[in-house]
Amino acid sequence: MNTLLMPESSINTQSPLKVGVACVKLVKEFGDGANRNRVLHELDIDFYSNQLTLLVGPSGCGKTTLISIIAGLLFPTSGDVELFGTPQSRLKGGKLVRFRAQNVGFVFQQYNLLPALTATENVCVPLLIQGVPRSKALIKAKEMLDRVGLATRAGAYPRELSGGQQQRVAIARALVHEPRLLVCDEPTAALDGNSGRTVMQLIREVSVQPGRVVIVVTHDSRVYSYGDRMIEMSDGRVTNISNSPSSSMTDSQVISQFKSKETH
Amino acid sequence: MNWVAWKMLNGDPVKYLGTVFGVGFGVLLIAQQCSIFVGIILRTANPIADVREAQIWVMDPYLQNADEIKPLSDSDLYRIRGVEGVDWAVKIYKGLARAKIETGNFRQVILMGVDDQSLIGAPVKMIEGDIRDLKRPDAIVMDQYGYKYLWPNEPFQVGREVEMNDRRAVIVGICDVSAPFQSFPVVFTRYSQAVQFVASERQQLSFVVAAPRQGYQVDEVCRLINEQTRSIGEKSGLIAMPYREFVWINIKYYLENTGIPVNFGITITLGFIVGTAIAGQTFYLFTIENLKQFGALKAMGVTNWGIVGMICLQASVVGVIGLSIGLGLTALFFVATTRLLPDLRGLHLMWEIAGGTCLAVTLIICLASALSLRKVLTLEPAVVFR
Repeated sequence: MNTLLMPESSINTQSPLKVGVACVKLVKEFGDGANRNRVLHELDIDFYSNQLTLLVGPSGCGKTTLISIIAGLLFPTSGDVELFGTPQSRLKGGKLVRFRAQNVGFVFQQYNLLPALTATENVCVPLLIQGVPRSKALIKAKEMLDRVGLATRAGAYPRELSGGQQQRVAIARALVHEPRLLVCDEPTAALDGNSGRTVMQLIREVSVQPGRVVIVVTHDSRVYSYGDRMIEMSDGRVTNISNSPSSSMTDSQVISQFKSKETH
Repeated sequence: MNWVAWKMLNGDPVKYLGTVFGVGFGVLLIAQQCSIFVGIILRTANPIADVREAQIWVMDPYLQNADEIKPLSDSDLYRIRGVEGVDWAVKIYKGLARAKIETGNFRQVILMGVDDQSLIGAPVKMIEGDIRDLKRPDAIVMDQYGYKYLWPNEPFQVGREVEMNDRRAVIVGICDVSAPFQSFPVVFTRYSQAVQFVASERQQLSFVVAAPRQGYQVDEVCRLINEQTRSIGEKSGLIAMPYREFVWINIKYYLENTGIPVNFGITITLGFIVGTAIAGQTFYLFTIENLKQFGALKAMGVTNWGIVGMICLQASVVGVIGLSIGLGLTALFFVATTRLLPDLRGLHLMWEIAGGTCLAVTLIICLASALSLRKVLTLEPAVVFR
């Protein structure tokens, strides 16, 4: 695995950064024959642990397809993804599912909480999938809810929570089993500005840590300041990779600074 | 993950109750219609089944059912009594008569003539009076529902008179018998009396009922009777059969020669289709509505086998509870209606039908599960990002 020093990371400048996820000549095509549509064009991208990487770009540029492949939910047409040193192509069937259960956490745009379960019960689902006894899983889920500031709403059902609170439950669920890869798909898209910033702050605080890759797909320029690194995509290609500006900048400043720090 | 499956199932009480009662209603339709069909068909054999002492029934070989009788001659009784292995044999009359009451109102009745001496063939359960009083002159015993047909809303009263074939008949007892196929009163009297209550024919003996001597099997005695009463060179003489076989001959006749099986077959088929549609569709829709949730679980690392287990558990719970509700409602229906409507007496939920319904619902639920499983198993977990 490559070890790189990120030159201008605003937060993680002290420790060396390791590549956690590496995409190697990644191609994804949908359809057959004349209807074949290439969505990803031989992408070579590295994602570093201990960093929050933003994946941005217009709709249909391939962001979601890319994170679906990285998370093992879709298979590439060609190329490979190296996940913490393991080529994904070596993980087939049950192995890939187990790998995903143990190593990947998801935060979805629409939260995807199970409506029949309370906040605590929702959070403990990834632990139950791994076979952790329910009593232990519930204890750990409560601790995780406490970390995201929802200890007082532990017994609430999703319908009783605001959008921001539901997304915080989803973040707790994504992290409760301490995954090495956290994939967030538009986590602030369904939230108002304040809630969006709170959610991003939370992702930044509780998820970024050594040994963990955090990828956030977003359209929301208001939250760009929370990233350590931003990868811009367009039409299935990476058009720009830049390091993060200061989180105290305004949105327009953030965008312009990202633009000025092209490293691609 | 079983716990999650259980919570998903009953997390929305309205949806959960809708699914469970959907299955329950399907079960009710299937079990109730099947029970009524079987109950009505069994009624055709009730007059035979009620003669509990008779293990062997002897009749004309051309007889097709117990309601279309070609009478035997009185000498046939003695031929049967003379067969080796026959312990006893007695005469039974079965026919229709017209009973007229004091107001001039009349009803067709099923007339059963039982053995004069032993009273073999007489009802076992008496509600009013004593069966031994049947030996008194002009005595008859009437079934309780027949009495209510003739004298609605009047209390049972022994000693009342009816007129049959211009002859006086005195009710000496009220009995309880299994419901006959036709909704006619059932009247019991002695054989010698019965033949006077109907228009005279040269031969009037309907059946001879018999029992095997100790050491002889029923089938063996039937064979001996058949051999010793058969005329040479032609199919005539008599035919003897165990009472179960005679019961089935009756049932078969009604199944083959009436519209009952077709009509009920259609009703049961419709019940099954509607039941399948309700039970299957509600469960199928329940799973489909949770498709996104299953997708999220797959993304989080639940294997396809894990999903299969979850849906099977949900299907089992819905099936067992729905089945219990449906069978409970069916039983309740028969308890309530047979008390309120005498015409429905004797109809009940049989264990065979409960078992069959259980199998049918298992099949329906399995089918619905398989259809929804197909959707869930082919669901790409990446759907959660769309």
